[in-house]
Amino acid sequence: MTGTERQGADARPELLAVKGITKAYPGVIANSDVSFAIGEGEIHALLGENGAGKSTMVKMIYGLIRPDSGQMTLRGAAYQPGKPAEARRLGVAMVFQHFSLFEALNVAENVALGMESPPPMRELAARIRAVSEEYGLPLDPSRMVGDLSAGERQRVEIIRCLLQDPKLLIMDEPTSVLTPQEVEILFKTLRQLSSEGTAILYISHKLEEIRSLCDEATILRRGKVVATCTPRERTAREMAELMVGSALKTPERRVAEKGEVALGVSDLSAASPIPFGTSLKGISFTVAKGEVLGIAGVAGNGQDELLLALSGELKAAPDKVRIAGHAVGDLGPVDRRKVGLVAAPEDRYGHAAAPDMSLVENAFLTAGVRKGLVKNGFVDWAGTRRFAEEIIAGYDVRTPGPDVAARALSGGNLQKFLMGRELMQGASVIVINQPTWGVDAAAAAQIRQSILDRAGEGAAVVVISQDLDELLEVSDSFAVLNEGRLTKPRPTEGLTMDEIGLMMGGAHGMEVAHHVA
Amino acid sequence: MDFGGINPVILIATLMASAVPILLAALGETVVERSGVLNLGVEGMMIIGALGGFVVAVQTGSPVLGFIGGAAAGAALSLIFALLTQVFLANQVATGLALTLFGLGVSSLGGQGYNGIKPPRTGQLLPDALADLPVIGPILFGHDWVVYFSILMTAVLWWVLKATRIGLIIRAVGESHEAAHALGYKVNRIRLMCIAFGGAMAGMGGAYVSLARVPQWVDGITAGAGWIALAIVVFASWKPWRVLIGAYLFGGITVLQLNLQVAGSGIPVEYLSMAPYLITILVLVIMSAGRKGKANGAPASLGQNFHASR
Repeated sequence: MTGTERQGADARPELLAVKGITKAYPGVIANSDVSFAIGEGEIHALLGENGAGKSTMVKMIYGLIRPDSGQMTLRGAAYQPGKPAEARRLGVAMVFQHFSLFEALNVAENVALGMESPPPMRELAARIRAVSEEYGLPLDPSRMVGDLSAGERQRVEIIRCLLQDPKLLIMDEPTSVLTPQEVEILFKTLRQLSSEGTAILYISHKLEEIRSLCDEATILRRGKVVATCTPRERTAREMAELMVGSALKTPERRVAEKGEVALGVSDLSAASPIPFGTSLKGISFTVAKGEVLGIAGVAGNGQDELLLALSGELKAAPDKVRIAGHAVGDLGPVDRRKVGLVAAPEDRYGHAAAPDMSLVENAFLTAGVRKGLVKNGFVDWAGTRRFAEEIIAGYDVRTPGPDVAARALSGGNLQKFLMGRELMQGASVIVINQPTWGVDAAAAAQIRQSILDRAGEGAAVVVISQDLDELLEVSDSFAVLNEGRLTKPRPTEGLTMDEIGLMMGGAHGMEVAHHVA
Repeated sequence: MDFGGINPVILIATLMASAVPILLAALGETVVERSGVLNLGVEGMMIIGALGGFVVAVQTGSPVLGFIGGAAAGAALSLIFALLTQVFLANQVATGLALTLFGLGVSSLGGQGYNGIKPPRTGQLLPDALADLPVIGPILFGHDWVVYFSILMTAVLWWVLKATRIGLIIRAVGESHEAAHALGYKVNRIRLMCIAFGGAMAGMGGAYVSLARVPQWVDGITAGAGWIALAIVVFASWKPWRVLIGAYLFGGITVLQLNLQVAGSGIPVEYLSMAPYLITILVLVIMSAGRKGKANGAPASLGQNFHASR
């Protein structure tokens, strides 16, 4: 199947055509004979699992890397950008997933750096204001990027692209860091751009988003085009199966008897150690053996702080946190691991993993205590390596081997490794912040299944997530974190979206009225 | 107008000249560090510049050519550093330290035979009529051209870093080399040019020591000025005007303590000799303390090598 013929043939003139592009790296073929076409003003999705070759493909379109063979044409003319500046000049702009903003520079300076011949700063600032208002993305050009939220940072990138009046806008997983409200604003902007004739190449794992936004989709699997489709006419499940190449399993819940309380937190308050963070205020909940507690909330409402308080990085009075009845509030992370609590923070690069260390070393860092990998004061490297290899095999981590640096793995792959590392330690209490952030559908389903399996084996699990669908799928009880306060956990079964919305809105009085014994 | 045998007008005039080597070297290093490179070889580049400048000036008889020769020698040495750190991705700290040791050794070897020679004199730039005016004459008009050049460079670099595109690109590369690369900037090439500029400035500063301050060739003539320049860059928060303040402070106290020694003050010589180092660091620490936040911090990629493998 070549996948070049576009379905739903409307009368859009062709903007970009990609024909037979191949790109190989030592040991991997990132793209093999990939062809697709994008019409003017079309929103085209590029779908695929982690490592399917989406990022490599768009980097070639943006001129960051060169294809080994194949051609591209832009409006019928041969298109071979040697560097991003050339791509930008020809009207191709890109919004990156990470790594393209400068925190210590202000908005206007960041925008200027992405332009070929920026106007003087004062004029540029005025244009930023004008464009940002036109597209409903308010932004102050003189603010330091380091002080902006994730959504605002993305606006900087989008406006940087828009100022150059692009014909094709490439977006690499734009919604992975946004709140639902910010996603809505972004989609409105993208639809407006599309109606003005700007084509958008949209990369994402989030199939429902693609169904609501995109006109056409090209699906990649292991570097090859396996299908093209019109997302509106397919279900998310069908597209996911095309991506994975096999039927997708919905996580199955093994109903376990709820045992005695494994983790108890009572009236825990703590000042945030993070600059501009949210302090925890009177957090109380209990999680029984075999129970999954889902904690929802918009980012920045104390999720990171709660994880720190549970993992032991943020200490409290001894009786504020109890594991199986033992007071552990004053214990640090290592001692809590010994007692049976493992924690997986959200930030993969730097908090959950040491980016420049190998996977074997990273496996040791949190599993050393529980897996008995220290013998007579020496690290048992053979045992650690076996454990790392078990994680790689068990969680389908795509890596050349256990000795590569954590940094070298793609975000989704590293996430799989880190989840495996915590879930395979046989802990009695598991705390996870954002278990499937940036992970593709198949891997996310697998991680959720493992969480449910651990619960089925009797572990108490706390899942903190901003993905409501995920929480509703895995959790037995449900609570919302709002400005550092936690609502009273309620059984997930029977919760309606309206009720969740009220909980998230911070209506603290409501939980009394809705109290379910 | 003397206070305890010290004339303040002469003091200010002398401190401006004595600060020139440190000021030039520190300005160069500011640009280097703003681009994300930590070159600890300033002392080595200065002394190579001191020797290179001295040799060229003596051979040609022209002090201007001497300064150009000093800058060229410093830049040439810095290119060794650039090759090792930007192409072969060697550790910047270790390479910088090695560069200093190498520079000291090579200058000691190459300086054999130049001991005891007087270099051509670098004269006062403006006519005596101006320089002889009371008070402002010696302070504003009595200097050689390098003093004015160093002040001009402070202003130019401040303007370039703050307001021009090339300055923005340098700061961007030093802030996040990955982001700069993603936008298509040639990180290593930009850094290489900054390193060469820093080397030229350090070399010129060194040449000022051997051609104007001392003026003759002596082994180890820069006597740690490069290290002070490095410290000034950090405590000046990578800002050119604060570098100027730091350099003048250091130069001023150096001159003052020499004057105090000559005037026979009661303070022991050891304390006077350590005073410039102590007071400069102290004042700059106080200046940079209390202002936290990203706007005032070090370039985020400082000292990290970049390889475009991802």
